[in-house]
Amino acid sequence: MSDNQIELIAHLMRRAGFGASREELTYLAEKGYSSVVSDLVSPTNDINVDEDLLLRYYGGEAHRSHTGKWVYRMLNNPNPLIEKVALFWHHIFATGITKVENPYACATQIETFRNFGMGKFDTLLLNLSKDPAMIFWLDNNENRTGEPNENYGRELLELFSMGVGNYTEFDLKECARAFTGWTFTQPLPRYPVGDWPSFFEFRSDAHDHGEKQFLGHVGNFNGEDIIEIIAKQPATALFLARHMYNFFVADEPQVPAWPHTPCQDPDALDELVKSYFASGGNIASMLETLFNSDFFKKSQGKKIKSPTELMLGILKLSGTYKFPEPGMNNYWSATDVMGQEIFNPPTVEGWHTGKEWIDGGTLNERINFATTEVSNLNNPGIKFILHRITSNKQTMSPVEVVDQILDLSGAMVVGESTKATLMECAEEGGDFEMDNPNELAEINDRIIQILQLAVASREYQFA
Amino acid sequence: MSKGSNKPPVLVVVQLTGGCDFMNTLVPYNNSIYYDNRPKVSIPQDKVIPLNNELGWHPEMGAFKNLFDQGDVAVIQGIGYPDASRSHFRAMDVWHTCEPHEISTKGWLGQSIQELDQNGENPLTGVNFGRGLPRAMVKTGVPVTSVGDLDSYGLMTNIERQRDQTLEFFKDMYSQAIGTGPVMDYLSQTATDVMKGADVIKQAPEMYESKVEYGDDPIGKSLRDVARVHLADLGTRIFYTQHGGYDHHANENPSLPKLLGQMSRAVSDFQQDLRDHNEGDNVMMLIFTEFGRRIKDNGSGTDHGSGGGAYLVGNSVNGGFYGEYPSIHPSDWLNGEDMKHNVDFRGVYSTVLDQWMGIDPVNIVHGNFEQLDPFIK
Repeated sequence: MSDNQIELIAHLMRRAGFGASREELTYLAEKGYSSVVSDLVSPTNDINVDEDLLLRYYGGEAHRSHTGKWVYRMLNNPNPLIEKVALFWHHIFATGITKVENPYACATQIETFRNFGMGKFDTLLLNLSKDPAMIFWLDNNENRTGEPNENYGRELLELFSMGVGNYTEFDLKECARAFTGWTFTQPLPRYPVGDWPSFFEFRSDAHDHGEKQFLGHVGNFNGEDIIEIIAKQPATALFLARHMYNFFVADEPQVPAWPHTPCQDPDALDELVKSYFASGGNIASMLETLFNSDFFKKSQGKKIKSPTELMLGILKLSGTYKFPEPGMNNYWSATDVMGQEIFNPPTVEGWHTGKEWIDGGTLNERINFATTEVSNLNNPGIKFILHRITSNKQTMSPVEVVDQILDLSGAMVVGESTKATLMECAEEGGDFEMDNPNELAEINDRIIQILQLAVASREYQFA
Repeated sequence: MSKGSNKPPVLVVVQLTGGCDFMNTLVPYNNSIYYDNRPKVSIPQDKVIPLNNELGWHPEMGAFKNLFDQGDVAVIQGIGYPDASRSHFRAMDVWHTCEPHEISTKGWLGQSIQELDQNGENPLTGVNFGRGLPRAMVKTGVPVTSVGDLDSYGLMTNIERQRDQTLEFFKDMYSQAIGTGPVMDYLSQTATDVMKGADVIKQAPEMYESKVEYGDDPIGKSLRDVARVHLADLGTRIFYTQHGGYDHHANENPSLPKLLGQMSRAVSDFQQDLRDHNEGDNVMMLIFTEFGRRIKDNGSGTDHGSGGGAYLVGNSVNGGFYGEYPSIHPSDWLNGEDMKHNVDFRGVYSTVLDQWMGIDPVNIVHGNFEQLDPFIK
């Protein structure tokens, strides 16, 4: 197995998932890159986990408990792309708990992303339009015939499908009219017995049954018809392609800048758009095109990790929480202080990504989180790294140790100058004499120190 | 500008997160409409601390009342903005960015910090206490220090072994030019600012001596941190902190008194601490919340409303009432359920920026808004 292949698989798993341990990488590399991709985009193998057990450890009514369950799935779903895609849609169809104030409904929305997120885009949009959390978030429950509320209609076009500049204000008003009467059933009160679901409800009496004109089409349109028209637009395919590129390939400017800033790789978008139309708007097909493309394979280090990616990457490295167990609660808010509170994007525009993840406060939190986790000798992943290196039972040179640490940490790649600093650190104590049991504690300390620096490095901030 | 002090003016912003109930903070205790509409969540007439025939403080606000009596509190009644949002986030966002109609990521204080320190030389010009930076303090390219815990602030503070040496390597690692572009450079600059800020700010706890004993609660702890950093004289001009938990939809009767008691005591302790150090004249505090609550209670608490209150506190403040207490007569209710605002918060920001900090507010609050006259000349 060449290092290149391992590094490429590691890149794939960071983007399509949340990172992978060195052992997983070996297994996946043996399988072969394209066959790993085709497994990822065929989401049949959902997580095999006892829901009751998850509830027992991470149950509760607050949105934190739903974050806990989702983080657990991100870590342990054998097909991490399902969770990554759900996160992708959470970034785009950004719905915030502070307004919705119904954690159960917000978690149900993510479940919808998990179930429909890799299917056809029109099906996903339809489910989104019927999602109670989304309906409440964008006020569509107040969208009635004669007194339309345009909030959902506007964002559906502007942020969820086509992007500004591709429709008129008139189209938007007509779109909103088509979604009048799309509301939800009032859930029963949470207390005393827990959460009750809310369901989509079409209220014909609140629906505007009149004729609408939308993007050149005329008819007595309902929401379904609008979505069908939207899904056929080249603008939709292009907008979606750019979102995918931004999330999975390389950081683009923030969405509001898109109409007047071209994509850094228009050819890549072309490929994705072609895939959209060739597959009848299938998300999995676009993702397969994306992950198999040269532009993807060459995109290592072109994205700043989101806080969720950073935290999950570290948890993968530390090898913790492979089973539901107490203690993970402490991590539910770790990403908040790094600037990403799951279930609570700042606005309907979602999080600002890329470089904007980083400020003094968040960088401090990222580095401190990463270095704390790798310093814990009780974490199985750290134990494994220490054991693998020290069990060589022979004298190793500093460069050998540094290389092995980087490799065992999930085929981590660092630049020359960072490598030089890691080397300097490794050289402080001279050669590593693994055959001397008296030095084991000190050698562990030295390895941990190198590991701390590696996960604190600039390169580690990139996916 | 601050009176009788050669030191540059300092602003401390305290955010009461969740939407503090103005009517139960400054209570219209002789108005039957108040009691009629709040059968379950009102402050009994004999419990309020009367200010005049109409208004009284919440019973837990004794310490705040003393400050008010000393003439150090300007109460801004009925603060808000047109078509106020009832979403916590959106409302907070509006207060943070002064953009009621569009989403902005440029905070009013982030921009002010840039005005105060145009080359970003001192990362401590703006300091936030609490983890995660409030949007008010954010502006791309403006270094701001965000301190979760002052006593353990900095990089890798949780590492027990070889920390100093590891930090030296870290510094080395981040100072090398990697040459792959602006994002790498930005990471280097940011990390350098964090280290610079942390190196300086860690002196603060060592230098601090005080007779004041702050309460053992989050806001007491935060304002003590503000005092410690301010008194260390590190060049900080804008401090920010939050006191959370004011979203009292339910169980307001037990929860609000606790919060107001903590806040009132912490603010009073902070003022005392400043005075003890002869620093009372050049520090001014702005306390705000994202919205008030509805006029009617909901049986256990109160729901998101509008028309809240804000406070300016300090030696230099000309204490008293500003704006009018919003009418609670049903014919005046906004949307049939809310208090109307009569002071635009952007006017209050303009007042603070222009008259206190000496910063031109127009581009920061996006326009000219009527200012108040709350400072002793």
